[in-house]
Amino acid sequence: MSFLELKHVSKSFGGHAVLKDVNLSLIEGEFVAIVGYSGHGKTTLMSLIAGLTRPDSGEIILEGKPITGPGPDRGLVFQNYSLLPWLTVGENIALAVDSVFPALSPEERAAKVDKHIAMVKLSHAKDRLPRQLSGGMRQRVSVARTLAINPRILLLDEPLSALDALTRANLQDEISQIWQADKKTVVLITNSVDEALLLADRVIPLTLGPGATLAAPITVDLPRPRDRIALNHEPEFKRLRAQITEQLLGYSAARRTHVSRKLVLPDILPEDLDHPRVNRPPRRLSEEKRELISQS
Amino acid sequence: MNSKFQNAALSTALALIGVGLFFLLWLALNRFAPDLPTPTSTWQGARIYIVEPFAYRGEQDQGLLSLTSKSLILVAKGYFIALLIGAPIGFCLGLSKNFTRTFDPIVQVLRPVSPLAWFPLGMVLFLGTGGQALEYGALFTIAVCAMWPTVLNTAVGVRAIPQDYLNVGRVLRLSKTKMLFKIMVPATLPYMFTGFRLSLGIAWLVIVAVEMLTGKVGIGQFIQDAYMNANYGNIIVGILTIGIVGYILDRLMSVVEARFKTA
Repeated sequence: MSFLELKHVSKSFGGHAVLKDVNLSLIEGEFVAIVGYSGHGKTTLMSLIAGLTRPDSGEIILEGKPITGPGPDRGLVFQNYSLLPWLTVGENIALAVDSVFPALSPEERAAKVDKHIAMVKLSHAKDRLPRQLSGGMRQRVSVARTLAINPRILLLDEPLSALDALTRANLQDEISQIWQADKKTVVLITNSVDEALLLADRVIPLTLGPGATLAAPITVDLPRPRDRIALNHEPEFKRLRAQITEQLLGYSAARRTHVSRKLVLPDILPEDLDHPRVNRPPRRLSEEKRELISQS
Repeated sequence: MNSKFQNAALSTALALIGVGLFFLLWLALNRFAPDLPTPTSTWQGARIYIVEPFAYRGEQDQGLLSLTSKSLILVAKGYFIALLIGAPIGFCLGLSKNFTRTFDPIVQVLRPVSPLAWFPLGMVLFLGTGGQALEYGALFTIAVCAMWPTVLNTAVGVRAIPQDYLNVGRVLRLSKTKMLFKIMVPATLPYMFTGFRLSLGIAWLVIVAVEMLTGKVGIGQFIQDAYMNANYGNIIVGILTIGIVGYILDRLMSVVEARFKTA
């Protein structure tokens, strides 16, 4: 039985179809990456699974139960971190832990907070405010906050796209390690084919909107742990990357506009400001051509 | 460091030039309005109030700071009533569209009403309290006039809470009270403090009118008294005192406001 299932899910905003007939099925412990263009429904798809928005039609089923609203069983890591700026790193995570595990003793909750801060290697920054952290550190706090509530499924909504390339690579490795440590089910949304191939078991391209939908999944059969450097020389990696990239580029090529009419330029040439035109008619494109012909 | 010092010196010098020009203008005005006291006669008339700021020579005859403190206490009471009423109303306006539809027209109509117009109504409201009517009427007037900036800024702040913060709360399934006090109130605080600062400015503005109407002893009454006794120099001293105190209050509030700025 599938762990998470989307059945014929459609969503439109203000009469514009954003997602149309999206079907997806995940087994437990699977890491799936959805790649697609920006602004074509990726984040909408994620808020649907998170329960922050409701689909117009179709249903989303997690472990046999339909999703009707947001909840801590789905850990969402936001693209813009969404840390509360008036709380320190520790307090941000404690807010999540305290509200999800009210039955635990205060000591147990504090230990949980500390454990997850250590997991993302930020113990030294526990008492800092988000604005005192770099982008990469903020995203690690956000990941720690999500892991701390021990969700059944992790939803990563372009978590790394606001970061510089090096930080991004580091965090990809960290996410990979964390996933291999406890094999949570993960849905990653990204615009980077390399990132998808490095992390995921399956890559699913999202077609272009309006009315975007998921294309056929592509299984990534690369051995783990995957090393980003070695991967670059792996023929299978190169083949998959080319295939997915081509598929994505194909979507946009199909809808490229073509100019079928020859445009007529205005019959006038730019003025030469060093030689002001006094009592002289403006230079015409047609006249210039005639001159050239007479010269040849 | 050096340029910083130069900058400060320049600011001070220009500010002093401004004060000098103010006194020149004052002297020039004396030519057209012979009843306007000169700076010297003003100083001589008001000297006793300034050099003995806390003197008590009788209920109507006290030092300037003594009078100011009486006014400040009244303002403080009215101001806190304004905040206690204004902030929750602002929250409701920001949270509920229907609340806004219901009460925003009333807010917009009552907002521009002058303290002079509110005061008689305040008196009527509290006539039943007998001897306390003046005090309650005064507090009512200050509170009603001062609460609008708090109401409106809080409402704007609540509407401006980033959806992301609310989503964090929704994903964690925070209870209504936790959502309010852990996310919405802290997210709105910077806006609320802007409102609090503007409200304090208005509360201080209203005090003069209120004291003139009630005859309660204070800095506003000092001006009224000076006018009645043809002691015109003291009017100017009173105005300057009100201005300086107002300025200090505003600076204090903006320091507090800056401390609550998040992100």
